[in-house]
Amino acid sequence: MNPHPNMREAYGLALLELGKVNRNVVALEADLGKSTRSVLFQEAFPDRYFQMGIAEQNMAATAAGLALVGKIPFIHSFAVFAAGRTFDQLRNTVSIPRLNVRICGSSCGLSDFGDGKTHQSVEDVAIMRALPNMTVLSPMDSIETVKMMECLIDWPGPVYIRINRSDLPFLYPLSEPYHIGKITKLRDGSDVVLLAAGVMVSRSLEAAGLLAEKGISARVFNVSTIKPINRQGLIEAVTGARAIVVSEEHNTVGGLGGAVLEALRTVSHASVELIGIKDSFGMSAANYEEILARFGLTAPDIAGAAMDLLRKS
Amino acid sequence: MTDTATIQKLERLALQLRFDLLEMMGVGKAGHLGGSSSMAEIVACLYFHAMRYNPANPKDPERDRFLLSKGHCVLIQYAALVELGVIPREELKKLKTLDCCLQGHPDMDRTPGIEAVTGSLGMGLSIALGMALGLRLDGRSNRIYVVMGDGELSEGQIWEAAMAAAAYKADTITGIVDLNHVQATGPTKEILDIPDIAKKWEAFGWEVLKIDGHDIGQILKALEKAKRITGRPAVIIAETVKGKGFSFAENNAAFHNGILTEDLYRQAFADLQALRTALDSRYAKEVRS
Repeated sequence: MNPHPNMREAYGLALLELGKVNRNVVALEADLGKSTRSVLFQEAFPDRYFQMGIAEQNMAATAAGLALVGKIPFIHSFAVFAAGRTFDQLRNTVSIPRLNVRICGSSCGLSDFGDGKTHQSVEDVAIMRALPNMTVLSPMDSIETVKMMECLIDWPGPVYIRINRSDLPFLYPLSEPYHIGKITKLRDGSDVVLLAAGVMVSRSLEAAGLLAEKGISARVFNVSTIKPINRQGLIEAVTGARAIVVSEEHNTVGGLGGAVLEALRTVSHASVELIGIKDSFGMSAANYEEILARFGLTAPDIAGAAMDLLRKS
Repeated sequence: MTDTATIQKLERLALQLRFDLLEMMGVGKAGHLGGSSSMAEIVACLYFHAMRYNPANPKDPERDRFLLSKGHCVLIQYAALVELGVIPREELKKLKTLDCCLQGHPDMDRTPGIEAVTGSLGMGLSIALGMALGLRLDGRSNRIYVVMGDGELSEGQIWEAAMAAAAYKADTITGIVDLNHVQATGPTKEILDIPDIAKKWEAFGWEVLKIDGHDIGQILKALEKAKRITGRPAVIIAETVKGKGFSFAENNAAFHNGILTEDLYRQAFADLQALRTALDSRYAKEVRS
């Protein structure tokens, strides 16, 4: 059965399930629990839920203390605060000692479309990816979110998981297990390779459809483990392609695009274009679609980038 | 009441910790001498008296936790862990050398007995709170001791944690402020004065105990009293002297993180020897009287 289509709701329900199977799972909030949906955990396990008030730095280092006595703490905030406001605490108290703290960066990317640049995260992946020992995950839909969460009981060390605010189309194969590092092929093709994470995966699939109309065959991969990046998997994914487009709802500096290029650096590969937020902050918009279009994060943008690369190749 | 033998033992241990501190510093190596020596009595009282701690098993789940929020002063904690046999004595001289066990700031991966990573200031109390909440969930009553610097109280996160610890009635936490009045670049009063420290903690919902942080009897009494306070955390404001015991370093910001020349090393050794002689003579008199 499909989980709830809203990624935040699916996340909250998955957290609740983890709480049922492992009593060491605890959750911390900074007054956004109704939005991040960690409130679902609170209702079931009030003793294991810690409302920390609007004090994200204290929340992050408190989570370190909980992990040091054997708990598996999940901390929650909007991605922009979960990665930004807590950076030094996550760096020192969590990442250096490789503690099992899970950081939920909710309303990631531009998905909090109304709240504008202070609340939209264009740099969270770059920040978290630069931290040694940190794992960075970006699921593409609710199914993948639930499967990823199941990996977070046993996976050693800290994990940052990027959660979209919206309902996203179901793409992850229901019966297929997930493991951290997995690259999922969603469409086969021969001319171009489209790599993506999060909301940009469905858009890359749409782009493959647009390319097919022009007689261009594209294969599409979901690269949801941004760190540790599956280098061998990526090399295999791009082999034989004449163009590569990496798409993400994040700054083109330091995100999935950077991770892919770092991974491919010692092998010959086709030219790469990066679709993402071009080193700028967000802005308020009336709806999600409108802001994604403004920042060039649409299927036609991806297809256009692929065709440009093919013309030059 | 604490007996004279216990007080004498702890006074001698505090002095030994200062000798160990001097051995770690050596000649020509930068080290946080001032803020380490201001805590010598506090650390001696915790590790050798107040804390539930089995040096044969530093990972014992029953142990009390010592967290050094002012992580740069970890030298004095190393000294205690050496005296307990948790860290081999030969490590003292290798302090802050490549691949060594005794890093410049607390590193739980490299050093036995270190409970967390601290050093970026202001974070220890939050870690203590997490430990307290987690241990409470497991039905454990281990105490968590966290030492903060007075300069460190400028960090906003301390007050976030203070509010949260009071809200969660984290009465297994004993905070200790090493009120030595001097920080890296000068007297705390001149850098950014933090008036009414005790009133601030009270306003944040903490029980406050004020003591002389070099008086073993007062430290033990305050630690004992803090253990008995329920329903809220307690903080001990310990009035101390930065660089205590080293004549040239007392109240001197230059030895917040200073280097000893050969002359200063000899002076430091002579200062500690004089303290030992004074201790010997005081206790000899007490035995006679």
